[in-house]
Amino acid sequence: MIKDQEYLEQKSSFCLDLAKKFGASDASVIVSNSISETVNFRNQKLDESNRSDNLAIGITTYIGKKKSSISSSNLLDDNLKILIKKCVETTKNTPEDEFNSLPDKDLLAKETKNLNLYDDTHIKNDIKIEYLTRLEAEASKEKKIINTESSFTEDKSNFILANSDGFCKGYKTSSFTASSVTVAKDDKSMERDYEYTSKCHLKDIKNAEELGKISAEQTIKKLSPKKIGSDKIPIIFDKRIAKGILSTFASAISSSAISRGTSFLKDKINQKIFSNGLNIFDKPDILKGLGSKSFDSEGVKTETLRLVEDGVLKNYLIDTYNGKKLNLKSNGRCGGTSNLYFDNGKISLKDLLNLNSKCLYITETIGHGSNLVTGDYSVGATGFLIENGEFKFPINEITIAGNFKDMFKNITLANDLEFKYSTNSPTMMIEGMVVAGK
Amino acid sequence: MSNFFEKSDLSRNEAENIISDTLQKCDDGELYLENSKSESILLDDNKIKNSSYSSDLGFGLRAISDEIVAYSHSNEISKNSLKQSSENLKETLKSVKGTYNHSIPKSNKKYYENINPIEQKSLNEKIEILNKVNNYLRSTDSNVKQVTANFLGEQKSLEIIRSGGETLTDVRPLIRFNVSVMLEKNGRKETGVYGVGGRQSYDNYLKEDNWKNVCDEALRIASVNLESKPAPAGEMKVVLGPGWPAILIHEAVGHGLEGDFNRKKTSAFHNLMGQKVASEGVTIVDDGTIDNRRGSLTIDDEGTPTEKTVLIENGILKNFMQDRHNARLMKTRSTGSGRRENYRHIVLPRMRNTMMLNGKHTQEEMIKSVDKGIFAVSFGGGQVDITSGKFVFNCTEAYEIINGKIGSPIKGATLVGDGPSILKEVSMVGNDMMLDPGIGTCGKAGQGVPVGVAQPSILINKITVGGTKL
Repeated sequence: MIKDQEYLEQKSSFCLDLAKKFGASDASVIVSNSISETVNFRNQKLDESNRSDNLAIGITTYIGKKKSSISSSNLLDDNLKILIKKCVETTKNTPEDEFNSLPDKDLLAKETKNLNLYDDTHIKNDIKIEYLTRLEAEASKEKKIINTESSFTEDKSNFILANSDGFCKGYKTSSFTASSVTVAKDDKSMERDYEYTSKCHLKDIKNAEELGKISAEQTIKKLSPKKIGSDKIPIIFDKRIAKGILSTFASAISSSAISRGTSFLKDKINQKIFSNGLNIFDKPDILKGLGSKSFDSEGVKTETLRLVEDGVLKNYLIDTYNGKKLNLKSNGRCGGTSNLYFDNGKISLKDLLNLNSKCLYITETIGHGSNLVTGDYSVGATGFLIENGEFKFPINEITIAGNFKDMFKNITLANDLEFKYSTNSPTMMIEGMVVAGK
Repeated sequence: MSNFFEKSDLSRNEAENIISDTLQKCDDGELYLENSKSESILLDDNKIKNSSYSSDLGFGLRAISDEIVAYSHSNEISKNSLKQSSENLKETLKSVKGTYNHSIPKSNKKYYENINPIEQKSLNEKIEILNKVNNYLRSTDSNVKQVTANFLGEQKSLEIIRSGGETLTDVRPLIRFNVSVMLEKNGRKETGVYGVGGRQSYDNYLKEDNWKNVCDEALRIASVNLESKPAPAGEMKVVLGPGWPAILIHEAVGHGLEGDFNRKKTSAFHNLMGQKVASEGVTIVDDGTIDNRRGSLTIDDEGTPTEKTVLIENGILKNFMQDRHNARLMKTRSTGSGRRENYRHIVLPRMRNTMMLNGKHTQEEMIKSVDKGIFAVSFGGGQVDITSGKFVFNCTEAYEIINGKIGSPIKGATLVGDGPSILKEVSMVGNDMMLDPGIGTCGKAGQGVPVGVAQPSILINKITVGGTKL
């Protein structure tokens, strides 16, 4: 069973009291427990089961403007005593930083909203096995599928965040995740693809057969890929890749990247950085949202932010420390975004595919090719060549490259947004990028 | 060495009984106990931004029957907790009928000392060096706009208790020192990163102001990039420098030679054993036995002593890297490659220090032979799709080669290629093999483990460069 609020609160107040006793002027603590149970299948047989029970505590102590932190998975009182003593000692020896402090009291969350993020349902391994059996039976139907792997995970977490200004709140969350990975083969190639579903509530996840079917279809479509020549050509990003471009944008407007001057979006506030009509939201209070939260990792309340309005950058993602440095108030984004998404575009996916007589549709990218300092982007890619709106043939072993500053201004979005992850984008087209191939 | 049962209501004897009871009809398995201590001290933006310390304790109980692995882990080393894990494993392995394999090879060799690097240097000394780094870089070049430098230190103690009570232990030190510098000139910003590390105390890497060499290298890379121009796009010849660029081998070939992908036949190499997979003269080994290297291990995370495994010999595929589970199913032996990030994760076959051995050519010869291509000196991260064999990696320092001469530096471009065929495109192997500086972390199935790489300069006939200049 997952540790209850009472146990976590007792540990957190024990730590805050000790920190004060050892000489800290302020302190904050997070105590959490998560239990996760996973079953993995391979080629229609049970392959692995994994149960994980994780306790964690993180403590930050302040002496005036000095700060240090410790973390541990050993929550025995004796151990915590030793660690907190060490933490306060280290704090004394760490140089001052004028921007170090707990969050402003009036910005702290006053309440924990009920966002329906916890489903109490506990499913036994047998039920997971039954789901995966149906999933893989469907995924294996086509002869070209030579390998199937799938997994089902149930996660339950609980936490308490507390600080010496009297903040003490936490809540339970849950998630149910199933995934299917399939390998297909023909005489020319072997390819892999996947499909995935993750929800807070069990009853909202995709059904097993659908998951297996989509995964197998997507994999078979990739067989016998060709390599194309180097060219400048419009690129359409599948939703699962387009969301990554949004994540890069979020990293580039984090207050730490801005205050350190290491972002290509520094000094771009209130300037047009995206195409006309583009809007980006970060909405923390979506019911059952995968990224939903009542407050950020410092306890600061979170409200919906309109990050980009009609292509204009309106807000950074601000935490307490970097906010003070930039002379801005925290907007509750310590630890990052919540439910981040592009608003829907104006045209259907079909129309987007037909906008150009020839374009590339990218379903997977590999490599860490985003440079936040310069905005340069260059990754390996696989996908399909599209002519007159039709999928012609699969392509791989190419790279796509550009610079985000130009790419952002050349985005056209379809109107097919769905909330599948915590960061979501409709299908996205970017013009002016360079493909390197043969 | 940690005594894991000291403050627990669980005695060693009781633990051994639960282990033997859980594993009696299983093919393999063990209790893995781990206690790790780590520190991180970070200087950024002219300030000590972070000084943190972490202590992590936990166990993982594993039972294997035929192809099925059941695993359960927890932070609480207690009777209740171990029993709960045991029950969870039994629920998965309802009808097992295997015979436990008690045999495990032994060795007395050790490849690093039993030290705790965190305690060997005081916090104040570490802070002082970070401040020196910051001042040195900012006073050396007025274009320096940002400096980040950090120390990471760790000591990991582990104990493996097998059915029947056989016990294996290891204590692993690991440190890393890293410097990142950002330059700005005429409105243009570029960064340079360099680091050193391994399984020794900080002073082994910092002695005689060696930290200055790390700073100089980071600064040099950033300065080169400040003058870089857009990279070409398309297929061309590439000369790779010695040392760290061997992550090409790690990504393109190494992962595909890990036992699990080959047992599951999802690797492009699974049916190529004994066949020619590389040009003549290409020999690649995976070696866990080099003293104090980041990827070295005295024993792996299943207790098997590590070794030097020949993967490809003179172009011919000789061995895969194996843990016990995959080795048993493929009817071969473990190569001491069973690794995990920590007790929260199951064991997988992983690389240690992956190295291409020396050939007979010089780097000069290689560059002279190229009419149009690039010379890649350093890389950021890389990634591979095991199934299709396609891999990428990002250049962090590269130059164009025109008519046999090194030309201007080019902007960070991604190289993309095909793993199984890339080694056949190697037309010259250099005589200047170098180890990387000790900075690699390899990710697989969500687990990061420290690794090393090494290679001499090599010439590759054809690889796709993902630049923007058509």
